[in-house]
Amino acid sequence: MARALVNVPARARRGEVVEIKTLIAHPMETGFRRTQLGEPIPRDIIQRFVCTYNGVEVFRADLHPAIAANPFIVFSTVATESGTLVFEWTGDHGFAVTQSAAITVE
Amino acid sequence: MDTSRRLFLAGLGASLVVRPAHATPAAMDEAIARVVGTARVSAERVTLEVSPLVENGNLVPLTVHVESPMTEADHVKAIHVFTEKNPQPNVAAFRFGPRAGRASVQTRIRLVDTQTVVAIAELSDGSFRSARANVVVTLAACLEEG
Repeated sequence: MARALVNVPARARRGEVVEIKTLIAHPMETGFRRTQLGEPIPRDIIQRFVCTYNGVEVFRADLHPAIAANPFIVFSTVATESGTLVFEWTGDHGFAVTQSAAITVE
Repeated sequence: MDTSRRLFLAGLGASLVVRPAHATPAAMDEAIARVVGTARVSAERVTLEVSPLVENGNLVPLTVHVESPMTEADHVKAIHVFTEKNPQPNVAAFRFGPRAGRASVQTRIRLVDTQTVVAIAELSDGSFRSARANVVVTLAACLEEG
């Protein structure tokens, strides 16, 4: 299981724009590299990242091999109501990681 | 038979086609055209923050910000990032909605060589805006050896 870190403020005022930081451990092997014996190294990347807020999609990213290893993505969302943010990474060879964070809106 | 000779020659031709290690600026223009079509792209209200001189091409911090009220009627739908000389021109596509609050995204990319990075913002009214930056890379993101 890959290690994923998300940083979401625990509390926010209603209507406030909150910044969300996400980081996941993944080599993001490009598929363009070769071993010393000349064998191509197969591609192994995260292709998609989705963030849902109480079931509603608020942000999505389609990633290509040019994203650095251990993808780090910072984005924002409007704090509308208390609830859960779910983060989902999916990629090559059945890679799938889900992480969630709670937010309290006052 | 004539066909087998033709097949052999076709196979020989295919094996001689070497995939270029780098994409070309033309490949980037093609990738951009797939996103924007024939629409005009204006270069305003988009900021692309990337260091002009990068020591390590394996880890290049990049921030794209688009000035937008992010309301239901006027918001940024997507930000696309392209590079000129990486093996593939596409870097990432980030999709937003009015719920994002701010049309801003930050990530870390790979750059194989000194080149131009382009960010294209797709707005809810169907228009496109862009920003570009030139980046000098001293240590390229490695393509050989695992």
